[in-house]
Formats: sequence, C-alpha cells, structure tokens
Amino acid sequence: MATTLVKGNKAVVIGALYAGADCFFGYPITPASEILAEASNLFPKVGRKFVQAESEEASINMCYGAASTGHRVFTASSGPGISLMQEAISYMAGAELPAVVVDVMRAGPGLGNIGPEQGDYNQVVKGGGHGNYKPIVLAPNSVQEMGDFTRRAFDLADKWRTPVYVLADGVLGQMIEPFTFPEQAVEPKADTAWAVNGTADTRQNLVTSIFLNFDQLEDFNNRLQHKYERIAAEEQDCETLNCDDADTILVAYGISSRIAKTAMDQARAQGRKVGLFRPITLNPFPKDALAQLAQQPRSFVCVEMSNGQMADDVRLAIGCSRPVSLVSRLGGNLITLAQVLQGIDQAANR
Amino acid sequence: MQEKVIRTQGIYPEFPRKGPSPAPSATHYCPGCGHGVIHKLIAEALADANLQDRTIVISPVGCAVFAYYYFDAGNIQVAHGRAPAVATGVSRATDQIVLAYQGDGDLASIGLNETLQAANRGEKICVFFVNNTVYGMTGGQMAPTTLVGEKTVTCPDGRDPLTQGYPLHMCELISSLKAPVFVERVSVSDIAHIRKARAAIRKAIDIQREGKGYCFIEVLSPCPTNLGKASATDNVKWINEQMEKEFPLGNFRDLTATAETIVRPASDFSKDTLDRLFHLDELAETAQDNDASFRPVQVKIAGFGGQGVLSLGTMLSQAAQLAGKQTSWYPSYGPEQRGGTSNCSVHISTQPIGSPVVYNPDLLVAMNRPSLEKFKHDVRPGGVIMYDAIMGEVDIPEGVKGVAVPAQQLADEAGNERGANTIMFGVMLALGITGLPESAFKDALAAAFAKKPKLIPINVAVLDHAARWVRENVR
Repeated sequence: MATTLVKGNKAVVIGALYAGADCFFGYPITPASEILAEASNLFPKVGRKFVQAESEEASINMCYGAASTGHRVFTASSGPGISLMQEAISYMAGAELPAVVVDVMRAGPGLGNIGPEQGDYNQVVKGGGHGNYKPIVLAPNSVQEMGDFTRRAFDLADKWRTPVYVLADGVLGQMIEPFTFPEQAVEPKADTAWAVNGTADTRQNLVTSIFLNFDQLEDFNNRLQHKYERIAAEEQDCETLNCDDADTILVAYGISSRIAKTAMDQARAQGRKVGLFRPITLNPFPKDALAQLAQQPRSFVCVEMSNGQMADDVRLAIGCSRPVSLVSRLGGNLITLAQVLQGIDQAANR
Repeated sequence: MQEKVIRTQGIYPEFPRKGPSPAPSATHYCPGCGHGVIHKLIAEALADANLQDRTIVISPVGCAVFAYYYFDAGNIQVAHGRAPAVATGVSRATDQIVLAYQGDGDLASIGLNETLQAANRGEKICVFFVNNTVYGMTGGQMAPTTLVGEKTVTCPDGRDPLTQGYPLHMCELISSLKAPVFVERVSVSDIAHIRKARAAIRKAIDIQREGKGYCFIEVLSPCPTNLGKASATDNVKWINEQMEKEFPLGNFRDLTATAETIVRPASDFSKDTLDRLFHLDELAETAQDNDASFRPVQVKIAGFGGQGVLSLGTMLSQAAQLAGKQTSWYPSYGPEQRGGTSNCSVHISTQPIGSPVVYNPDLLVAMNRPSLEKFKHDVRPGGVIMYDAIMGEVDIPEGVKGVAVPAQQLADEAGNERGANTIMFGVMLALGITGLPESAFKDALAAAFAKKPKLIPINVAVLDHAARWVRENVR
C-alpha cells in the first residue's frame, strides 16, 4: 500500500485520475483552487483534458458537454461558484448526465469569507437549481475520503446517470493527512446507448432536457422521482460510533464529524453515554438508520457549521419523535470541543 | 414521366422528434424563415464530406432549440448562451467535429462571454451565428444586433442608442482575436447571397474536417414573423439594404493556408502510468504503529509568513507519517496568511485523529512575538513553548516550560541562513517532545528537500547543530 502525506484538495484530483476522469474544467476560487491547480499540472501529463474556464457557468457547461459524450468529467468550486453552476446542474439532471462536482464549502452568504462553513447544504443536497431533481451527495471527513469518495462519486454518477456532489469544506480541502493510493485504476468506457460522442453508433443519440408536451414532461419527472426512490433505497450510507447504548447521539458530517468524534471520546472518558451518527450520503439522507436509532428514547445533537440545514433533515428522518438540538458556528469559525460538550450537557438536562 | 424528388442530404427524411404531426417532414420554422435554408446548407456540406458519423451539433435556446429534429448527426441541446462552453467540453473529450448553432440573443447577449472565450482559446469548433436582429422564440424582443431605429416589442419606438446602445458586430469582435482561423459574414436573403453563404459554410466545415481550429460564420437571415415586413420581398430588401449597411458582408479572417491541424493527445488511463506519475515506487513502506501507550502530541506552530511556519509543520507531520503514526496538518489559510501571520496545527498519534485543529498544544513553536502572545495561554500545563530568542524578555505562563532558541544565529552558524525553521525542527527532535525517532526527522528532512537533493546535507548539518545546542544549553 502506497501511502504518503497529501493535501485534501490534491486527494480529490488523485481520486479522480484513478477513477478514469478524462476531463477537468474549473475556475479559481478559495478554498478549492488547489484542485484546479493540481488538475492543470497532472491531467495533461497523462493526456487527460484540462481547461481553465472563463467562469463557473462555463466550466460546468463544459462538463455538460463532456458528460454528454459519456466521458468521465468533473469540476470543483466553492459556494459562490456552486451558486453559479446551479443552472447547468439542473440541465444535467434533466438530461440525465453523469458528472462529479466537488464543493469545498466556505462561509456565506454573498462573498462571505474563505473560512470553512457548511452553509451550502441546502443548495447542494436539495437540488439548488430549478425543477424536481436531487443530486447524490457524498460527505467525506478525511483526506483519504476526499480521494476515495471522489472515485466513488464517478461510479455513482455513471450507475444512476445523475450529477453527484462531493461536499467538503475548507478544512478538508486545506488539511494534510496520510493518503493511501488506490489499488485500481478505472479505464472508463462511454455508454453508447445514450452518449453522443461523434461515432457512427452514437449518431442517432440525443442529449436534451426539453419536453414540450406537458404529459411527457410529467412522465419524465415521475421517472426521475422513481429513480430517486431507488437511489434512496440502495445508496444510503452512514457511520455509527457508540450509538447502541447512547442516550445522546451527535449527528455530524464532514469536518464537524471529526470535532464531534473528539467530543464524544472525551464525554465517553467521563462516563457519558454519547454516540456519533455520521451521514456519509447526504442525499440520500441515511434516514432509515437514523429512524431506527430514534426508536429508543434519546436525544440528538446536530453539530454543523450552518444554521441547522442538516438538522432539518434529522428532524424529518425521525419524524420529530425525539429532541433535536443544534451546536453551530457560522462565518468561518470552527465548532469548538467545549461547545459540543456543552451541547451534550444541555441535551442531557432537558 | 417519373417524378424527380430531390432529398436534402444530412437532414432526417422525416422529423419524428417533433412528435406526432400531420406533416412529418415539415419543419417547425415559420414560412420564409432563414433557419431552414441555413440548416440545409450545413447538413448538405456535412453529408457531402461524409462527416455525419463524426459530427455533433449543439442546439441552442431560441427558435433553433429544435435543430436536433433535423440534423442527421449526434445532437446535444444546451442551456441559453452556453453552446460554445458545451462545444468546448465535447470537443476536448472526443476530438470530433463540433458545430454550435446559435441565434443573436443566445450568442451575443447571454452567451457573449462564452462566445468570445471559446473563440479566443481557438477551440476546434465551428459556430454558426444566425443574426436576424430580433429574439424570435420569445416574441420579437430587442436583440443585441437590433438596428438603430428598428422597432421591436421591447423598443416600440425604435432602438435608441442613448438608452439601448448600438448593435453588436460579432464578426468584427471575433476577428479582433488572434486564434480564430476563419471568420465570415454571409446572408441568406436571396439566391445570389445563398450561393456565397454555401461556399463559406463548406469552407468552415472543411476546416473542421482538417481539425484546424475555430471558425465563425455569421448569417444575416430573415425573421418574417417578427420583423413586421409586409412581404417576403420586403424582407429581402431590408436585409440587403438595411442590415448589410450595419453588418457588411465579407471575409474577416482566413488563415486556412497557414493553420495547422490541432492534435490532442490520447488519454492514458493505465494504473502503471498513474503510479509512475505519483512516484509510488519511491514511497517508503511504513509499518503502522498501533501502540496504544504512545501519548498523542499536539503542536501549534505560528509566526510571520515567510518564516517557514507551514513547512516546519509539514516536515513534522511527514516525520510522524514516516514513523508509522497517524498525523494531520491544518493551516490557517487565506487573508490571515497574507496579513503577515500564519499558523498550523499538527497532530501525532497512534489512534485515529479527531479534530485536526489544535486548541491546547503540548508544544507551541512561536517564531514571533504576536504569535507567542496569541497562543501562549492555550498551552497545556506541563507543555513547552519554543520561541525565537530574538524576542528578548518574554512572559511564559506558569506550569509551562519556555525554551528560547537563537534560531537565526544557530542557522547562520550552521551555514544556512534560511534554516531557522530547520533549527526549530532540530530542537524539537532533541527535546524529545514529539516521541518520534531521530531517523524519522532526518527522513522527513530528506523528503522535504527531495526536489533539491543538494540542500539535504546542509540541512542535516543544521539539524545536528540544533541538537548539539540543546544538549549543551537546555536542561
């Protein structure tokens, strides 16, 4: 196993290269820019295609083009850039195109700042653009997972013909940890059943998201919803630590789950029955496992750097059957251990 | 007498993508619209050059949104104005022939940036720009190419340059760029003009066949529905007299003779190539150390930008990794870095690391006074603060050990004036705070200078000098 220290943003590019990503199109934005820079350096060295686009609209539409050809393609950005990409991501969902979008979240709204935050949850997990669609969303919490989940995102995108996000944050993008390189490299093949890639066998194919006929568009929408139901049934993923006997369960994803884990360890060392539930897929949200945990009387403490965007999904998943509280920091600040421990205390004293 | 049927080549014989229709071979365009003629010219050129299998046509938003009903080639329909960006993605991925077909609102208004940037990159695509001075699909609004004084739904008194500006001249804009190979403005107002348009379109398709680069064909075209002219002849007259005055026909650029075929490399997906790219054979095998008795170490390193604060942190993290430990490195990033001070957090453990942020360090390395003052009270009781002796008198919190290191002086003595952070690295080693072996420190140093191997011996000398200083001066 080849292991070395790697920065989170670079791990994304390594994961993508081993996943057979053929094209990267991107635009600079802190704290995601290293992905663009690493791709500009590494992609051409193996004949893969790189373009620094004129805007996020352009980069995601270049992705739309490459995805239409059945080649594996991805882009990366942060909140303000992701906002600009929403139009084309809606088109991709409508045209059922596979592509990977990496969001290294920063603090908003507006220009905000470049510190870490998790305020893109709603615009990423809920769809974000116009229409009735939901992308698949994976949430890494380590440098290793930045690479591994990027690889996994390509597989899911192809399997379900949908845009897939890797939703990270400024800390995960900027930090360095040991990273073990993939054992396999994917040699992707375009799916000639639907792709349009300038060959005789794909000449009759059409990529589009337009349905003039209301009933046809309704049928298509229903088919999409059916696909999302199957995704929800098959792809929910989470990590649970010490949840069985816990009277308080911390719910956190991304870097917040690492802080929550440290808090859980400290609370356990003090004899407190605290567990950690980490959603790995944010869409589909791992609601089945969470609902199962909510069958016992216990409280849930959401630890997230947003105004409770994920906490809403926790309440939905458990049908508001147990108390759900929120430990949060905004504006680029990280949640502190003391805050989480206090949140655990408050939940217990309710 | 046998009836002679002339079939347009390159266009589907019937258009089932329209949906059920009593006239399956009729287009959706209005009678007298220029799109049909332009479609036919492009499609025939593709068919005659035997390129349909290799060609992908991009349908825009606008009246030509349904171009994919007609072109017998690969078809992709895209968002408003984004055709050149999509075409870029298609072209880079496949290296096949890509045609973007756009109207004036799509290309020159909402998509102006994509239009100019794709042209400026010299993408291997051909853009067909249908200019009829008006938004057709949405019902006759003012376009970026609407003539001065021309009445539309959204300039009912005629376009007034004082409030609405002047018509955009796309061929002129595109031909101001260096990369485009072929730029020409033609018209399809009447037979004589259509002949010239046909020749230009064929030339552009030929350039695509040869892969020579970016082509832009602007076509002045009638919109009988929205221009409000009384008759077809009035349309012809208006294009020939009014539009041509504003948008003169002719070739603006032809580099066919000198342009060379753009060759894109083939993608290499093999694992061996990737492993070589990342020099995986040079990575040392490290046995994972799971010793639960190892006491985790948390280090905060802070100082001015340029003092090697971040690289000292990565060297320490590297030493931990080479010693088989779990480790994380997390920097302050962004404006703080630019404002002069920066810091990083390093964790070393044999167990999975939770939060990568260090709140209460076992060791604080302060390279300047602001950093010392900012973080000294966070240091755990029993912890150590290493600081640059150049600061002079400092207050170290009770229960914390302070070590004043004359880092710059020691670095100079060891013959490397830029080695102050390596001195700190050596002091860390000699104080034994990190629980890592000397070999890991030296391996990390070698890894840090792997790209400049000549610098390794001098830095090892710096490291040794620091260790010697600790033995002689610190108790």
